[in-house]
Formats: sequence, structure tokens, C-alpha cells
Amino acid sequence: MLMKRGFRGGVHPLPNKLTSDKKIEKAKLPSRVVIPLRQHIGAPCDPVVEKGAKVKVGQKIGDSPAAVSAPVHSTISGTVSEISTQLLPTGDRVPAIVIEADDGDEWIETKGLDPEKASREEMISKIRECGLVGMGGAGFPTHVKLNPPKEKRIDTLIINGAECEPYITADHRLMLEEGEKIIEGAKIIAKILGVDNILIGIEDNKPDAIDNMDRLGGESVRVVPLKTRYPQGDERHLIKAILGREVPAGGLPFDVGVVVQNVGTTKAIYEAVTQGIPLVERVVTITGDVKESKNLLVRIGTLFSSLIQECGGPVGNTRKVIAGGPMMGFAQYVDVPVVKTTNCILVFSEERVREEEESPCIRCGRCIEVCPMGLMPTMLVKFTRAKKPEMCLEYNIMSCDECGCCAYVCPSKIPIVHVIREGKKAVRRLKK
Amino acid sequence: MIPGFKPLVSTSPHIKDKVSVRGIMLAVVIALIPATASGVYLFGLHALLVVVASITSAVISEFLGYKAMGKKFTMDGSAVITGLLLALCLPPTVPIWMPVVGSSFAILIGKCAFGGLGQNIFNPALVGRAFLTLSWPALMTTWVSPFDGVSTATPLGEWHAGHGYTPVENLFFGNVAGCIGETSALAILIGGIFLIAMKYVDWRTPLSYIGTVGILMWLLGEPPLFHIFAGGLFLGAFFMATDYVTSPVTKTGRVVFGVGAGLLVVMIRMYGGFPEGVCYSILIMNGFTPLIDRFTRPKVYGVMKKREGGK
Repeated sequence: MLMKRGFRGGVHPLPNKLTSDKKIEKAKLPSRVVIPLRQHIGAPCDPVVEKGAKVKVGQKIGDSPAAVSAPVHSTISGTVSEISTQLLPTGDRVPAIVIEADDGDEWIETKGLDPEKASREEMISKIRECGLVGMGGAGFPTHVKLNPPKEKRIDTLIINGAECEPYITADHRLMLEEGEKIIEGAKIIAKILGVDNILIGIEDNKPDAIDNMDRLGGESVRVVPLKTRYPQGDERHLIKAILGREVPAGGLPFDVGVVVQNVGTTKAIYEAVTQGIPLVERVVTITGDVKESKNLLVRIGTLFSSLIQECGGPVGNTRKVIAGGPMMGFAQYVDVPVVKTTNCILVFSEERVREEEESPCIRCGRCIEVCPMGLMPTMLVKFTRAKKPEMCLEYNIMSCDECGCCAYVCPSKIPIVHVIREGKKAVRRLKK
Repeated sequence: MIPGFKPLVSTSPHIKDKVSVRGIMLAVVIALIPATASGVYLFGLHALLVVVASITSAVISEFLGYKAMGKKFTMDGSAVITGLLLALCLPPTVPIWMPVVGSSFAILIGKCAFGGLGQNIFNPALVGRAFLTLSWPALMTTWVSPFDGVSTATPLGEWHAGHGYTPVENLFFGNVAGCIGETSALAILIGGIFLIAMKYVDWRTPLSYIGTVGILMWLLGEPPLFHIFAGGLFLGAFFMATDYVTSPVTKTGRVVFGVGAGLLVVMIRMYGGFPEGVCYSILIMNGFTPLIDRFTRPKVYGVMKKREGGK
């Protein structure tokens, strides 16, 4: 019996995983897609096609010479109708390529590698060409993550199957339905990194996924059951829980000899390396107040509205459409496309949205108790509002991951995360 | 994107725990019912009048105080707790005007003058009690025995005068002279355990506070159980030292607070002029709270050396 591990603080919101038992279905092919030229952390791509160009599924339509960037591909076959500025689910405005579908679904020819024979460089270059980025949320370009600086010795690969946000089941379903690909993908990553120690962290509220991955992983890929507690899936807390190591403030998992990849990314790595398939689709959980919650395999660039319709439309008076989970997701005000990092579309009707008035802090200390980073959110709010960025810095405001545990438990309903974001901005101004 | 969609754009998180300020305050009031009921049972209906007068005065004072400050008054229940706690630490014989004046002072000077809920440094109920003790010392030290109302001294008063120790079982059930809500350790314990079980109160504070008194008294050759159960230690440890606003926000800080308050109680009882010491021990530690918070910051993830203190 494996020991279950955890981390400091955290919260336990209602899981509301309504779609745990729903098989991944292929979403209807969209008639139009909006492909943002930046769906990752790093430099935006430049378009490599022009308006009016005919494109096929998997054809590269944007790329960048920058080291930290990832190309984007067409996700349907059709015609480029416009190149214009569009809104990302994160609220940023970026240039995007809009494609109108034709009748077919014609793919480019893809060619994979034999991971047994291919060199490390060949595989990394394949992963870059396929436009892979971290699909768990941050969107860090995968080829950069798999090519750590020489002086960082990597000894452990952790596959992140925690999926700690309520409602989301995209990774859970992948572990049940595409477990083989995840295991093979993990072995490819391990080969690229030159590590033997491969671990998969899964929260213990997904016993079926733990069993499945444990069975498929055999000797080489070991499953580590984790206590179900948000934000277990944050890689810093995952590393702490599994290995007891702390990523230094301002550092990366590299610095403690670890690379973390999300299960969705791992599966995409398998498909990219062995078959040369670019990142054109991903699993998205569409849930909340929709008629029928689903896990859909969605072409990137599909608009949220058409996916909500595919789930039977909204139930009740919709007040929020959230990209991502309820703890860290972004509330939308217009229609936006699914991007490489969109794991969930969460619809909240007015019954689920409570607008609560803020009341004074009563210093109950709950925010401190739940902060997984060991911060004192109540003090950060106080210093931010008193316009004391130097004190915010002294109290390690930049270590905040904005996981939202503090605001979740606050009895005074203070929008702590929002205030801390303001505080961070003030600190950045201070540093300039 | 959805017909008729009226988007509410707010930042994450989009879900919130059910706990609210009002809910916590209500739980504290419920937790004080056993102590209040035992006070009324032991000392009669006059005790109930004192409680009602004190709460009413506290709420009205807060309403007026917030009005004067130009702040919005909300019935969050904190004034009810201040009024109730003050009443519970008054002798059962006080004239009705005393809780009225005391609660008024507690709320207006102890709380509103600092800026209202969350801003005050000292526990308002104890500020009110200290004010009454300094202004009308005789009325604040007139004690009667339960049921018959015959004038007598409190167990700690007897001990201070060298008349020996009241049996612990009397102290535990509350069949002794004392303030309205402080005599029955059992009744207080029921409410205290309820708050700890609900996770509204950190067990560290009462445990470290009461534990320190017990251990130090034992080391000084005094019967520890007598000193734990006599006087206002239980009421103070479970309901006043745990006041969120005026006590530390960190777990370690709460232990420091409890140990410090316990040390002060022992010093006052053993070497001071008063037989009791709970009220002043908490007020003094309230003054140290900002300092304790500053020196008991949790370890920050990924920051190797714990940096302490301010600048």
C-alpha cells in the first residue's frame, strides 16, 4: 500500500465532478475556428499563411523564431478568412487566424519517429514542430521544458494527474481511456531527459484512474496516490508532496531536478513523436449549468458558444462562463475560442453565483491556515491597500500563485486574490 | 455567446466557502448559551436582566457609533457578543445601569474609537470590564453565593485571604460565588468544545493558556486544578483570548499568546494585589498581538531562511 501524501494548507471544495463517468466524445467539427497566434507563455507567432489561403488539418499557420514559443496549426480544413486581433480566454488580446471550414476534414501527411531509434534532438524538434505546450493551464512550451539547461541535473519525471480543480474531468477520462498513450508518452519524455524515475501523481478521489495507471505502468512508471486537496495539482505542491523538495522562490522545477508534465500533454507528446500529429485537438470538460455535461474532444479554435450548444445549451439564467476551473478560471464576457490550455468550460447560472458584499477583515487567520505557500494573505491585503509595496515584498507577495484558497475561505468575502494581483503590480512598478 | 447572457465578470475564485462573519458570530453566541443559562440558574433572574441590558446597550451603542463615524452599520453579531461577554464577567448583583454604561464604553471607546470591527487592539468586553472595575471598584467586587444570594467571597478571594481552597467539584459545576458566566467550568467547556469542533476557535489558545497556568501553579506548589477552575480563566481562555480581532493570526502566535497570558495570570495571582488576573492578562497580551504576529510568520514555500520581523 502506497502512502498518501500531501502538502501544507489547501482547501476542500465540493468536487462536483459531474462528468467522471462520461466517455470522451468527439465534438462536432466546427464550421469556423479562431486560432490565436499566442496560446502559450512566450513570444507570439507570426502568421505563415495569408488571407484566402487553403489550409488542411495540422498545417502550420503560425511560427516564431523565438526560443520560448510554439507554432500553431490549422485545426480544420478550409480557407483563411481573416487575420485579426481576438480575445483569449485569459482576457489578453492577440492576433489570430480565422479559418472557415470546407466540406471535408483533410489532414496533412504526418510522419512519426521510432522513439527507440530517434535521437533526443530529433524528438525535441518533433515536439516543437507539433506545437506542444503544457495543457494543464500555464501553457509553457513543451520543447523548452524538455531541454533544461545543461547544469541542471534532472532525476525525476512527474506526470501530473492530480486534477484538483472541482468540476474538471478531462485528465481523469484520459487516464481511463488513453492510459497506454500516457504511459508510452511518459517513457518518451524520460528517454529525452535521461531519467529512470517516472512517477504519476493522482488524487485519491480517482481510484479507477489510480488502478488503471498502476496496472499499465508496471515497474517502470509508478503511481503515487495523493490526498485529495486543492491545489494539489500545482506543480510546486505536487513536487513537495511526492518528493519533499521545495522549488526555490522565483525558480523552476528544474532547480530541484524535476520535470512535471500534465497527463494531457504527455498523451500529446506520444502522438507527436510516434505519429507526428500536431496539437489540433484536446479534451475539454463542458459542465455546470448546461443541459448535459460532457467531456468533448474539441478542435482548438472552436468557439465556447458552439460547445455549450452541443451540450444542450445553458440551464437557467447564465451569469458566468468560466474558462478553466472554478478556483482559478477566467470569467468570460464575450465568445472566445478553446485554446491549447483550455481544460474546462464551466457555466454558472445565477443560482450558483453569489454576489456578496465585502465586510471588514476580522483577523480570523483562515487565509493563513490554508495558504499552501505559507503566506499571510490578510497582511498582503492590508499592505496593498495601505499602498506599501515594500511591505508586500517583505511578506513575499511574489510567491503567491493566486490559487484562490484564501479568498475561498474568507468569511468577510474579501476578494483577496484580486487585491494581491494589484499588490504584485505595485511591487513590479517599485522594481522598475 | 448565449442569448440574454448578462455576464458577471469577477475574478477567481468563482466559488466560496459557506462560512460568513455572521455565521461565526452566531456560533459564538450559541456557544455562550450554556454559560449564560448556568449563570441565570445559579444567580436568578437579575442575572438575565444584566445580560439583556448589556447586549441591548452594546447593539445600540454600535449603531450610534457607526453612524457617528459615517460607516454603514450591519448587524453582524459582533456587538451582541461584546455585550454578552461583558455581562458574563460582571458580578450578578450589579445594578442595571452598570452593564448599560460598561457596554457603551466597550463599544464606543473599545471598538468604534479604533475604527470599528477588525480595527480594535483590545478586547472590547474586557475594556468595558476594566473601565467598570476602575470606576466602581466596590460594586464590581460584591459577590453572593448561588441560589440564596448571601454575601460571600469568591473562591479566589477566599484563597487570597488565606482561607483555603474551594473543592474542585464545586468549581467545575459552578456552585460558587463569582461573575455571572464564569463560575461553571463545565458550561463554558461545552461551548468551547463546540467552537473548537466547528473549527471556529483554535484549540491552541485555550490549551496553552490554561496549561501554562496549571503547570506554573503546580511548580509553585499550588493545587493546579483549583487555579484552573477558579475565577474567570475558562471564560477568558475559550471566549476572550480567542477573539480573532485582538489575538494573533498565526498558529504559533496563538501559543505564544496563550503562554504569555498564562504567565501573567500566575504572576498577578501569586505576586500581585488582585486575587484574579485573567482580564488584565488578556488585555496586556492584546497589546503584544501585532508584535507576536510579526515574529511568528509561517515558513514561506521555497524561501530557505525564515526571515523574521519587519524592515
